[in-house]
Amino acid sequence: MAGQGSRQPVLAVENLCISFGMYGRGMEKYELEVVHNLSLTVNPGEIVAVVGASGSGKSLLAHAILGILPGNAKMAGKLTFCGEDLDRAAQKKLRGREIAFIPQSVEYLDPLMKVGKQVLGACGRRERKQRMETRKEVFARYHLEESVANLYPYQLSGGMARRVLVAGAVMGNAKLVVADEPTPGLSESLARETMEHFRELAKEGCAVLLITHDIDLALQAAGRIAVFYAGSVLEIAPAGDFSGAGEALRHPYSKAFLQALPQNGFCPIKGTQPYAGNLPKGCLFGDRCPKRAAACAGNVEMRTLRGGEVRCIAAE
Amino acid sequence: MEGRMKRMVLLVLRMVTLLVAISIVSFLLVVKAPIDPLTSYVGANSTISEEAKEEISEYWGLDQPPVERFLTWAGNVLRGDFGESIVYRQPVLSVIQERFRYSLALMLAAWICSGGLGFLLGVVAAVYQGSILDKMIKAICLVFQSSPTFWVGLLALSIFAVNLGWFPIGLAAPMGKLASEVTFWERLYHLALPSMTLGVLGIGKITLYTRQKLLEILGSEFMLYARARGESTWQMVRRHGLKNIAIPAVTVQFASFSELFGGIALAESVFSYPGIGSAATAAGLGGDVPLLLGIAVFSAVFVFVGNLAANILYGFIDPRIRENAAGGRDM
Repeated sequence: MAGQGSRQPVLAVENLCISFGMYGRGMEKYELEVVHNLSLTVNPGEIVAVVGASGSGKSLLAHAILGILPGNAKMAGKLTFCGEDLDRAAQKKLRGREIAFIPQSVEYLDPLMKVGKQVLGACGRRERKQRMETRKEVFARYHLEESVANLYPYQLSGGMARRVLVAGAVMGNAKLVVADEPTPGLSESLARETMEHFRELAKEGCAVLLITHDIDLALQAAGRIAVFYAGSVLEIAPAGDFSGAGEALRHPYSKAFLQALPQNGFCPIKGTQPYAGNLPKGCLFGDRCPKRAAACAGNVEMRTLRGGEVRCIAAE
Repeated sequence: MEGRMKRMVLLVLRMVTLLVAISIVSFLLVVKAPIDPLTSYVGANSTISEEAKEEISEYWGLDQPPVERFLTWAGNVLRGDFGESIVYRQPVLSVIQERFRYSLALMLAAWICSGGLGFLLGVVAAVYQGSILDKMIKAICLVFQSSPTFWVGLLALSIFAVNLGWFPIGLAAPMGKLASEVTFWERLYHLALPSMTLGVLGIGKITLYTRQKLLEILGSEFMLYARARGESTWQMVRRHGLKNIAIPAVTVQFASFSELFGGIALAESVFSYPGIGSAATAAGLGGDVPLLLGIAVFSAVFVFVGNLAANILYGFIDPRIRENAAGGRDM
């Protein structure tokens, strides 16, 4: 199924920059750039995981793709969906249909509306009957009883809520599913089950963009993993490269990240991720990198290397 | 079931204690006020002899200490006897009953007008936050919010009744007509200006409150999700917004019962509308103690019922509250 439409990516993000208009002291206004020159593609039938620390701005990527950034955010760069320009008008038309969003938690459901009605979504009377049928199928697929439709969000268990949110995403014929931290607070088995759902979707030809801070989880499901650091992607590598101590990885940060995991020696590197308003010049990881050279202070472009991509001049 | 019974009992208990407290406080105030019930009864320049006065005073029990007098009054009230109004020469209960019908119509009209219009304006202002429309609505609300009732009433009278002649100057029905001949439309026509005045004053608060709450809801996570699922702003407001702001809106709306009751006293005086507010004013000025006490107790019941209605409505709106109340289940 992935062969259809050849290798044209479902989603292509090129040089995405997101900044916020902020007020400093007094009436001084300045732009704070939070996401910088982020580039990424997701192909049909593929799961791409964006992995990075909490609070590093990963969710903004999801919001930018769906066009739901807050009003004071500015966006630059180019988004392409199935070869077509993904501008505001296209986002409005596609979201909820061909682009589906899976949020973090049950908090994203209206507390006063029955779950069934929310999964159904807003639709006209004629469309409604068709969607009711679809919901029945989707509920059956995710082992949700029909009676769940009559529950309110606060009555759902953690696992049920997760399946309801996935069900909401597959109601339309989604070509791209964007999942933003879909597993925090879930038990290991429930998280595994959720990953299984994503794998099924990918098998059917869907492109899945999985945004998470949990590398173990990403490794279970994703084909490629993008390492997110201080507002940009430093490396995109096949999941296999993350095995062992990460010898196959390209970027010094990815390697350090992997070695800091408990199962790989728990060996941290010095320093902390820089704050968006206080970034080093050139390479974002420059101030913590053991291989730092003078050229690192210049512009470092993303380049292809050994079947992956990396934003580092020293990588080989 | 058991939980519901317990709640009912508690509710009744609360109402009873409230009424007892209100009665005691109002009675105390009246006793301390420079009103001599005897003088107000017989009139200031009556020719009645001192002895006769003393006889009446003894008959009424005015020579007894306040506690005794309160107990006598409370005992009569418990038997349904609120005494006789001095100003109207009628039993207090029938005065309240008759007057309240007029006031209820007035308050209901004002309440619906301010609630409906205020809610609508609030929603519009929130959806178009920051636009000129929003700023205009906010400005109007602040002006209404800060202008006194009697002043708005006088202004409305002088513009709409005197200059333009669209509405009658006062009263609840055309002058010189028998009560049985007054039509529904004539009543409505007389109701228009006072209820508009009262309603307009309530609008500001409800609009600003609704606007604020809807803005909060629009910024919530489930609204973000709704937008991500392709809902337009108006769909979001209709499907998720209205119900979620209903609880705070109902709260302010029913809490405004007490303000409404305060407002009618002024509005009714300005429009010479024969409601309970003008009766209260007359009772105060005429030293009509029984009527004053009767109205105090009655208005307490009225406001209590308003808040109770809000509490009951919550359950219909929010399933979480409903479940808690019905099952008595602890979260």
